[in-house]
Amino acid sequence: MSDITKLTAAEALDGLKKKEFTSVELTEAYLHNMENGRKYNAYITECGEKALEQAREADKRYANGTARSLEGLPLGIKDLFCTKDIRTTAASHILDNFIPPYESTVTQHLLDDGAVFLGKLNLDEFAMGGSNETSYFGPVINPWSKDKDLVPGGSSGGSAAAVAAHLCAASTGTDTGGSIREPAAFCGVTGIKPTYGRCSRYGIVAFASSLDQAGPIAQDVRDCALLLNSMAGFDDKDSTSCNLPVPDYTSFLAEDIKGLVIGLPKEYRPEGLNAEVAAYWDKAAEMLKARGAIIKEISLPHTKYALATYYVLAPAEASSNLARYDGIRYGYRADAKGEHLDELYIRSRTEGFGKEVKRRIMIGTYVLSAGYYDAYYLKAQKMRRLIYNDFMEAFKQCDIILTPTSPITAFPIGDESMLQNPINMYLNDVFTVSINLAGLPAMSLPIGLAQNGLPLGMQLIGKPFDEGTIFNVAAKLEADAKFERK
Amino acid sequence: MAEYIIETAKGKWEVVVGLEIHCQIISKSKIFSGASTEFGDDPNTNVSFVDAGMPGMLPVINKECVHQAVKTGLGLNAKINKYSEFSRKNYFYADMPTDYQITQFRYPIVGEGEVKIDLSDGTSKTIGIERMHIEQDAGKSIHDLSPTKSYIDLNRAGVGLMEIVTKPDFRSPEEAGAFLRKLRSILRYLGTCDGNMDEGSMRCDVNVSVRPYGSSELRTRCEMKNVNSVKFVMQAIENEAKRHIEVYENGGTVEQETRQFDPTSGQTKVMRKKEFAHDYRYFPEPDLPPLVLSDEYINGVKAEMIELPDAKKQRFVETMGLTAYDAMVLCENKEIADYFEKAAAGHDAKKVANWMMSDFFAMLNKKRLDISQSPISAENLGRLVELISKEVISGKIAKDVFEIMSETGENPEKIVEEKGLKQVTDSGAIEALVEEVIASNPDNVAAYKNGKTNLAGWFVGQVIKQSQGKANPAMVNKLVKEKLEQ
Amino acid sequence: MAIDNETVRRIAFLSRLRVESDKIDATKEEFNKILTWIEELNEINTDDVEPLIAVNDMPLRMREDEVTAGHCKDAVLKNAPATEYDYFAVPKVVE
Repeated sequence: MSDITKLTAAEALDGLKKKEFTSVELTEAYLHNMENGRKYNAYITECGEKALEQAREADKRYANGTARSLEGLPLGIKDLFCTKDIRTTAASHILDNFIPPYESTVTQHLLDDGAVFLGKLNLDEFAMGGSNETSYFGPVINPWSKDKDLVPGGSSGGSAAAVAAHLCAASTGTDTGGSIREPAAFCGVTGIKPTYGRCSRYGIVAFASSLDQAGPIAQDVRDCALLLNSMAGFDDKDSTSCNLPVPDYTSFLAEDIKGLVIGLPKEYRPEGLNAEVAAYWDKAAEMLKARGAIIKEISLPHTKYALATYYVLAPAEASSNLARYDGIRYGYRADAKGEHLDELYIRSRTEGFGKEVKRRIMIGTYVLSAGYYDAYYLKAQKMRRLIYNDFMEAFKQCDIILTPTSPITAFPIGDESMLQNPINMYLNDVFTVSINLAGLPAMSLPIGLAQNGLPLGMQLIGKPFDEGTIFNVAAKLEADAKFERK
Repeated sequence: MAEYIIETAKGKWEVVVGLEIHCQIISKSKIFSGASTEFGDDPNTNVSFVDAGMPGMLPVINKECVHQAVKTGLGLNAKINKYSEFSRKNYFYADMPTDYQITQFRYPIVGEGEVKIDLSDGTSKTIGIERMHIEQDAGKSIHDLSPTKSYIDLNRAGVGLMEIVTKPDFRSPEEAGAFLRKLRSILRYLGTCDGNMDEGSMRCDVNVSVRPYGSSELRTRCEMKNVNSVKFVMQAIENEAKRHIEVYENGGTVEQETRQFDPTSGQTKVMRKKEFAHDYRYFPEPDLPPLVLSDEYINGVKAEMIELPDAKKQRFVETMGLTAYDAMVLCENKEIADYFEKAAAGHDAKKVANWMMSDFFAMLNKKRLDISQSPISAENLGRLVELISKEVISGKIAKDVFEIMSETGENPEKIVEEKGLKQVTDSGAIEALVEEVIASNPDNVAAYKNGKTNLAGWFVGQVIKQSQGKANPAMVNKLVKEKLEQ
Repeated sequence: MAIDNETVRRIAFLSRLRVESDKIDATKEEFNKILTWIEELNEINTDDVEPLIAVNDMPLRMREDEVTAGHCKDAVLKNAPATEYDYFAVPKVVE
């Protein structure tokens, strides 16, 4: 038999259904890959035994005809999702011994549909970062690396790398400013951040509550649809979860795009945009046009301000969300016998958090502090309104928006310019953050390789709760791009 | 109204006071979680993962807490805000698991209102309510179980609170005391808070400043946190005002600070100074969309509003003929007012009120009973008054009957019947008794006839004594005079 | 709005984080760089713009007042660094 870990999730499920192989065999094959692929550092915690137990259960269900939609499919879970009785670290020292007594809603959905969990995937600490270098557990290595070790992108770096290196059939990610799409682009895989409110945030370690959304990272568009079918849905435990029906996303894959208006925002083509990126963007537009879509230039005038807006709002919310890591109820507590309680907080947090997390907590604290709230936080909320309005205006003229996912390809681990100046790192999110600010659904899928042999991604941005059109267009683009996966 | 002026050798001063009262909302479960609000269980029993501030946990608001808040707002004659918003108040505190409190800041659920208070000299005054918002309570630290550690119990963490903020309208300790009693009465009528200050379900922060009598300036105020009885609030105002005056008269300035009231000394002392002043960094709670109430909703709550103490008092005075004072006392507690109305139904309301205000309350006091535990039912008290009104028994006999009722709880009609206590109104029988007394006291008859007419009363007493109290005093009076004049 | 060393110390304390004294200057520089970058937002006049708080315009959903959670003391305390007598234990808090 050929390597069953190279199959897409849909193909694997098909094979399981047809009893070409068992879930135990498939799981063992992935566990084998994980062992051989430890150099990628994609997993923080491996759960081989538990996975095999789940796989045996799945095989029973295939035998007795009670198999569910994802029965026996081995997945990797970003270590930001709380998983009951499985250590959940958020890639932080401050949570490195935390074992949740509860399951996140999204992972519960996947379990309820029969998925097998291989382990918990590496990420930037508390999902703060664009390169997976801020993880307490060390950087993840991009499977596309050749001579030099490259970053997989972040924050869902482990999730994207694991899919690219076939260390799982598909994975979960979360996206606050591009954390699904950027790593998907860097690793040549496909990922979708659904509309804010589509997937429950219950049980996902919060970074910036008004921006965080969970979504799948997978081999292709169909796999994303399959996973999102399971992950999405209303949850009364999350007050921001939307009570809307979830369509079968695979049903959009076969629709045609004739007459659909595809918007290309002119602001996404700033002076100095990498020529290869620009060329692939044009090529993607051509492919869609060839299938009868109408290409239209649109304007998102406040695009330039999205990054600064994001880097006020996200740290502000994070500074508050991360206050609870104080060494009292769970997580790391510094040895501070007999000292004042404040001293215990300060030592636990100073030792427990990494540099980037501390930087963002302090920036967030500052922008909310007395005398600065209006100048920074309130200002950013107003800018967020303008950015949101830009999209709403644009969607009066088009059905979906096409842009590059990232202005660059994966870069080497330890890049000096980015380490020296955090803003240089933040700039990589230029094409992704405004989508989170507007709460829209967006997918990144690989379009081709750059001259340097590294994958480039295209981003499709949909109207609120219109993931369906994204799946439709993405399926066509994927078919025409003929990107060769790892 | 009698003014409260503090006179010193150097001048006259008046006090300016505002109150902030935290009232625990009566509800089965907590404001943002499904854990019980039950008081007094084992430590950390009524704690959900939300209350413990576990990673990824999210608040979902309790419908009843909103309902109770709207009811309370209406009870305070206040504006109900159709749009309100939750905010996070950020500060590190061992009893607060997320290290922020979910509260309302810019947009509270209840706006301005007013409460009328009754003062001892018979006057009344209106106190302005600035706002009322809802928020979550903190847990409790226990400091006296270990010499080196504090222990944290989160049972109370997340119980709903209403924070009522008054305008600085109080000019004397008495006014503040009257307000707290009135507020407690309103809350208990509504069933929105049990108002027990000693158990901490109602907690009062007191803001005090002083100014030269007659001036309109507002000087620096000091806040005393968590003063836990009406008496202590009054004492704290009195002593804090004196302290301020002393500072000013000695040429000093009052520092704006938070102080603690010490019930044993009656004095206030400054609480530990913080390294940096608090900076709560309020911002809108991203986990909770804004709270929007419809007119229908608010009108629905209005429709279920019951008669509150002020309206009841007015009705008791206007339609039942009670004095303002009696009505006020009977209306302070809804159970007492209900008892009174039940007892007075169909009987002489004023007489019922008199009985309640004197013998009845004295009896409850003596037996240390709550009105709900009264051995005498409202119906039986009404019957007793009816027996007096119908001259079946005299007021004097009624006291004996009341005494028996308070022991046995029996129907007064039955007691009167069984013990043969019915008043003698048969003029023949009384006449015979009168004649007997006159016949056996010739000396006093002679003295009466010689002008000592006040002896008539002695004869009346003798006759009533002979009748064992049962003779109708009015008839005895009339017959004694007739016979003596013969 | 450039920040000074005192502000760095204050922000660090509010965040309950320590910035070693030899790092204060560097931290200040870095923050000022980020804040200057953020201040490009001032290019846009937003006087008449409503702040956006929630992207999905939906009313707050309310739950029924029912006891559905709690009574899970062991699970609540399980991850705590220190517990005694079913309490979370911390160094003595002096009020």
